[in-house]
Amino acid sequence: MRIIVVTSGKGGVGKTTTSAAFASGLALRGFKTAVIDFDVGLRNLDLIMGCERRVVYDLVNVINGEANLTQALIKDKHAENLFVLPASQTRDKDALTEEGVEKVLKELEHMGFDYVVCDSPAGIERGAVMALTFADEAIVVSNPEVSSVRDSDRILGIVQSKSRRAKEGNEAVKEHLLVTRYSPKRVEDGEMLSYKDVHELLRIPLLGVIPESEVVLQASNQGTPAIHMNGSDVADAYQDMVARFLGEEVPLRFVDYEKPGILKRLFGGK
Amino acid sequence: MSLLDLLFGQKQKTASVAKERLQLIIARERSGEQSSPDFLPQLQQELIAVISKYVKVNQDDIKVSLEKKNNFEVLEVNIVLPEVGQAR
Repeated sequence: MRIIVVTSGKGGVGKTTTSAAFASGLALRGFKTAVIDFDVGLRNLDLIMGCERRVVYDLVNVINGEANLTQALIKDKHAENLFVLPASQTRDKDALTEEGVEKVLKELEHMGFDYVVCDSPAGIERGAVMALTFADEAIVVSNPEVSSVRDSDRILGIVQSKSRRAKEGNEAVKEHLLVTRYSPKRVEDGEMLSYKDVHELLRIPLLGVIPESEVVLQASNQGTPAIHMNGSDVADAYQDMVARFLGEEVPLRFVDYEKPGILKRLFGGK
Repeated sequence: MSLLDLLFGQKQKTASVAKERLQLIIARERSGEQSSPDFLPQLQQELIAVISKYVKVNQDDIKVSLEKKNNFEVLEVNIVLPEVGQAR
């Protein structure tokens, strides 16, 4: 079983959107996948996955032995093989203990899960550290914007010092960069950092570039992970990112700005 | 910005300004993580202890700070001695 943390330091960059899409993508490829919300007190993954009305038990209940894992896991309605473990809405972050989280992850392994995606809260406090502690791989979500890039660098330092792998001196956590909310036109106009700039600054392998799109809001409105928004750039970009994660070589798409043709400019439309 | 700059687009784009700023701050923060001078408070305490043997000084009269200048670090120790006549 591989454990992947989706993290960023900064809030609002697309961690939960990415966790939902990425976990769904792995499940669509046939892997038994669990996605865990580590944002204790401010859960949102359940909304993005569209299962908020089916939440009975949560991560903290399982850690405290108030429910067993099979009771707490919610089967996703869009993809086979995908299960959601929500965060607690009422407890505080101290409810997450290292031993407790480790126990839950071990149990998931026994249940035959192939991948566990840990959706990290923003910040560098307990929840965020717990989300990355047991990670084998880290997907760092970054917007092409100064505060996000700086925070990404900061969280990379924390992955390199506080993860179990780092502390025990094992093989380092495999790091991936995902640039989200990317606008090729603004990059072309010189008013947004390019994905190459972000990649050069953070110096970790690039897993993908997700374009800025109104589809993400439409997806979250209806509780459907963005990867299911068939025909959209965002869904395709997430599919590509999942393929690259699984080792396939896929060229980057949606990173170049195409000037609209004369017809498009006259008649509008997409 | 002059009219010529406006015509020829000479103004530096904001994205490259962002990149330069990030290069500087990230490099600084990365190097800071390796050698954080957390010994400063203790150094200050011990200096006070030593100097107090000879001169009467207050805790606030001794200031210790570490600054980075290009490639080297400067440890600055500033000791304010009591006015003449008050010494022990």
